[in-house]
Amino acid sequence: MANSTTEKSKAVPAQNISAMTVLAPAVGWLIPGAGHMIQKRWIRGSLLFVSIVALFLLGLAMQGRIYKANGGDILDILGFIGDVGAGGLYLLSLAMDWGQGAIAFATADYGTKFMIVAGLLNFIAIADAYHIAIGKKQ
Amino acid sequence: MTITLNHFSAALVFSFFASIVFGITHRDNARDMVRYGVYCFAMFLGGVFVAGWAMWILKR
Repeated sequence: MANSTTEKSKAVPAQNISAMTVLAPAVGWLIPGAGHMIQKRWIRGSLLFVSIVALFLLGLAMQGRIYKANGGDILDILGFIGDVGAGGLYLLSLAMDWGQGAIAFATADYGTKFMIVAGLLNFIAIADAYHIAIGKKQ
Repeated sequence: MTITLNHFSAALVFSFFASIVFGITHRDNARDMVRYGVYCFAMFLGGVFVAGWAMWILKR
């Protein structure tokens, strides 16, 4: 009896578990911002799409390098993990053999980092889409 | 097509797009998203200037 209000205040609100909780992150990984768009957050999804795609494409245009799956040093592995975050953009780059890198260009290193950051930002966007799907965020 | 950006331009572009994503994903309503995005952009650019001057001082 004495603990009833304490127990109520500690209760965790039920999460909305549905197909969207899987679909939104999956689609959001494949196409940046799509996880928000399928949940009718059109403006947010569009802005995320433009921002992440622009960063990735600028990275390619700056002759940045795409990391492939490797068992090399930790920085190469981290670069791969970052690039994978870009989802469909990463897959397209692999298919088209883009992102070979260019040591001769000083800003090519910036391009490499742009693409890694685009992937990492997409991971954040995927998490945000998931939180919207479970009702934790509007 | 090759694009060549100088250091500051690259930092500016990076800050702009990263701030948009941060603003959207870290706040709940539109007004707060815009405010936080602008705040992040200011912090990014401020950090660029601070780091630049710090490197200049260290080089001296």
